[in-house]
Amino acid sequence: MNKRTKQRIAFAIFRLLSLAVVGILLWILGFIIYRGAGTISWEFLTTAPTDGMTGGGILPAIVGTLCLVAGSVVFAFPVGLMSGIYMNEYAGNGFVVKFIRVMTNNLGGIPSIVFGLFGMALFVNTFGFGDSIIAGSFTLGLLILPLIIRTTEEALKAIPQSFRSGSLALGASKFQTIVRVTLPMAFPNIVTGLILSIGRVSGETAPILFTVAAYFLPRLPHSIFDQVMALPYHLYVVATSGTNIEASRPIAYGTALTLILIVLLMNLLAGLLRKYFGGKVKTD
Amino acid sequence: MRKRIRKITEHLMQGLFTLSGGVTSLAIILIIIFLFKEGLGLFRSSEVEKAYVLAVNVSNPVGALDSRQIKEIFDYTYTNWSELGGADAEIIPFRFEDIFSIYDESELGNDYELLPEKLGEVIASEPNILAFLPELYVPKDNADLRILPLRNISPRSFFGGIEWMPTATPAAQFGVLPLIMGTLWVSFFAILIALPLGLGVAIYLSELADERMRKLLKPAIELLAGIPSVVYGFFGLVVLVPLIQRALNLPVGETALAGSLILAIMALPTIITIAEDAMRATPKAMREASLALGATHWQTIYKVIVPYASSGIMAAVVLGVGRAIGETMAVLMVTGNAAVMPRSMFESVRTIPATIAAELGEAPSGGTHYQSLFLLGCILFLITLVVSISAEVISKQPVNKGL
Amino acid sequence: MIETRNIDFYYGSFHALKNVSIRIEPHTVTAFIGPSGCGKSTFLRLFNRMNDLIENTSLTGECIVDGENIYNKSVQVDDLRKKVGMVFQKPNPFPKSIFENVAYGLRVNDVRDKAFIRQRVEESLVSAALWDEVKDKLKKSAFELSGGQQQRLCIARALAVSPSILLMDEPASALDPISTSKIEELIHILKQEYTIVIVTHNMQQAARVSDRTGFFMLGELVEYSDTKKMFLNPEKAETQNYITGRFG
Repeated sequence: MNKRTKQRIAFAIFRLLSLAVVGILLWILGFIIYRGAGTISWEFLTTAPTDGMTGGGILPAIVGTLCLVAGSVVFAFPVGLMSGIYMNEYAGNGFVVKFIRVMTNNLGGIPSIVFGLFGMALFVNTFGFGDSIIAGSFTLGLLILPLIIRTTEEALKAIPQSFRSGSLALGASKFQTIVRVTLPMAFPNIVTGLILSIGRVSGETAPILFTVAAYFLPRLPHSIFDQVMALPYHLYVVATSGTNIEASRPIAYGTALTLILIVLLMNLLAGLLRKYFGGKVKTD
Repeated sequence: MRKRIRKITEHLMQGLFTLSGGVTSLAIILIIIFLFKEGLGLFRSSEVEKAYVLAVNVSNPVGALDSRQIKEIFDYTYTNWSELGGADAEIIPFRFEDIFSIYDESELGNDYELLPEKLGEVIASEPNILAFLPELYVPKDNADLRILPLRNISPRSFFGGIEWMPTATPAAQFGVLPLIMGTLWVSFFAILIALPLGLGVAIYLSELADERMRKLLKPAIELLAGIPSVVYGFFGLVVLVPLIQRALNLPVGETALAGSLILAIMALPTIITIAEDAMRATPKAMREASLALGATHWQTIYKVIVPYASSGIMAAVVLGVGRAIGETMAVLMVTGNAAVMPRSMFESVRTIPATIAAELGEAPSGGTHYQSLFLLGCILFLITLVVSISAEVISKQPVNKGL
Repeated sequence: MIETRNIDFYYGSFHALKNVSIRIEPHTVTAFIGPSGCGKSTFLRLFNRMNDLIENTSLTGECIVDGENIYNKSVQVDDLRKKVGMVFQKPNPFPKSIFENVAYGLRVNDVRDKAFIRQRVEESLVSAALWDEVKDKLKKSAFELSGGQQQRLCIARALAVSPSILLMDEPASALDPISTSKIEELIHILKQEYTIVIVTHNMQQAARVSDRTGFFMLGELVEYSDTKKMFLNPEKAETQNYITGRFG
């Protein structure tokens, strides 16, 4: 076979494969949207489940997921931000930083179910929080910590050194330079990372199985020591172990679509942010 | 004064930054401590249920039994003591609750205070009995009865065992081999599917796609990475599973194949992104040198660019495998979770993460079942540690010079 | 033979080459000189259509190699590049063995005869004056060679596919003086068999190795004549200024 024919065939295959990947995505999204669109309504989003989770809405699960997102971000964002600042601005390039980076990478590679085990052992049992928002938030917070650290580090790294030198030359201290110059410039990218981790938190199931998620709890939480329902776990429950799986299918589709919409929204937000601020950050 | 406050604040903040820098390391250390503390406790636990013992008639010469033997006796797989080094006689397995079919409840006393005595009588009268009793009711000072020495659960039976029956009585079986094999089996085929697909897309993205196509594909891949695993699982459950069942005419659609397919889709973004970055990093000079010699673009890709990016591609594969091995919910929902050694793609399998997710809720805290699930967590942790580190080492590898 | 007629070349809206026409005779060495950014490299890379790799470029005019306009639709660019070899500024051997580097061009052009490949590899390495230095370590990585040896390897690699024209884009700029003089000697010898076009920022080098020289400035071919004449008695004032170092 002629080498040009070979090239033509190979490239056609790659084109096809790429289309296939887009096709798979569209298939999944399309299917969930098509089946779930009929279920989602204002009522579905604002009422509690009824009739053994074959009727009603998913309000407690939405509220629960919001609580978990808020809780994990409140914990992970400041810590991740400061850790990223430490790595990029203070730590230099010695053994310590390399060690921390390896540890952060490792933490990022640990499967979510292991976080669930750990969260149960530490927060639920040892700290005695029980199954609660706070235990779940800490567990999820640890899960997204590497992501936040990495995006912070990268955002800071993208700021040209000249801006720091400029500020330092004017007599500003290192800390002032970070707070007034470096961080504001890096902020859009840091927030992009944060938004993506919110998407991640709202979809994680395994870490909350044994730390917070309630099978069925139609009331809303009163304190951070309450258990809550959560969207991903609710989907798992109504899809596999509800009281009447066939009857709760529409609920499952609606829940899946809600989750997909959250992810879509977060990706869209992140994309917009990147597009809007992308040019401004890379001044060099 | 103001200057001093500022200085103190700065030192304070620097300290805080440094502390935060250590959080991930601390988390890893805590994870190791808690996982292994609970997990390794399993090997200090007795092979039969807590607070229970095994008793035989004093005339029976048999020694300590291992958990598998105990289980098989009560399953009537072993039926003769001679198989276990005893006399040639039929084994009579006896569970504690069997006493109620011999004696009426009234004969055992109001507070079961006569229970130990009656149990003693049963054991004394039956030389070939193997009785499984709560410690509480073991008859005292009965010369016709001998308590069998019990072993702890051994690492050998855990890592080498092929039966996972964590709630079996009298002896739970913690053979983790089917779970490990199930995990590897599903992940292996997932990568087998995802690698050619992912590599093809990576080549397309880095070499062929114009700006317009890239702008379409990149967000699509990001989205694919962002879809929650439980949604993948749900999609697999309601679409793939019935499809597989019908297309291949199987009794059930929840198979290793369904798991591998879903995992392949989930591993795609990792593989594509990392492989694309690696190929993009190939120096322009290499590309030009090849093209200037009359090579076609495709020849340049597979003879120069892919080999040049091979360490990055390997890292992509390793991380993809890592992602597949650790994935929980999707696999839990589509593979059927039968804890048996995988033999084909068309049968149900069960992975380590799925086992933890499915069973931890029912395992009493501190019991052997609970401990065994933590030990599974340790295995997962170690696997992913190896994966992370080897991906790091591989991707830092200098370009293969010798070829 | 290479001939261009009224070449105009654009990077986006940047007019990089302005109405360049030139004739290059076979078995000569032609040098292009000029300040950086003058378009000399761009012009060189037209002859094997290397500029095709850069997006958003456009070209008008004709570029004729061996009687055919190489920008015709019917021309296969890989065939053209086989005929018009190229050596780059920095040595760029593949991360493969010395042997495989030289054999690469043959292999991608579907040569399967192992004996022939071995023979061509040896001939090419001999032509590139590298054979004696590497004949005992052909299986070793090309990266183990020195910079000068790597560049001669790249020359051998280009020769292996039997081109008739050899383009050299500042081939000695990354090398030490001794390696440079070896490359220059080599150019002298290769001229017997190949038409050589070389871009250099080093005027002494142009004077030493070339038969004819073209001087580029701001995308225009200011002057093109015999090297001796160009350096002793240039026609244009810009050329004079550049050569005597008053400019650029």
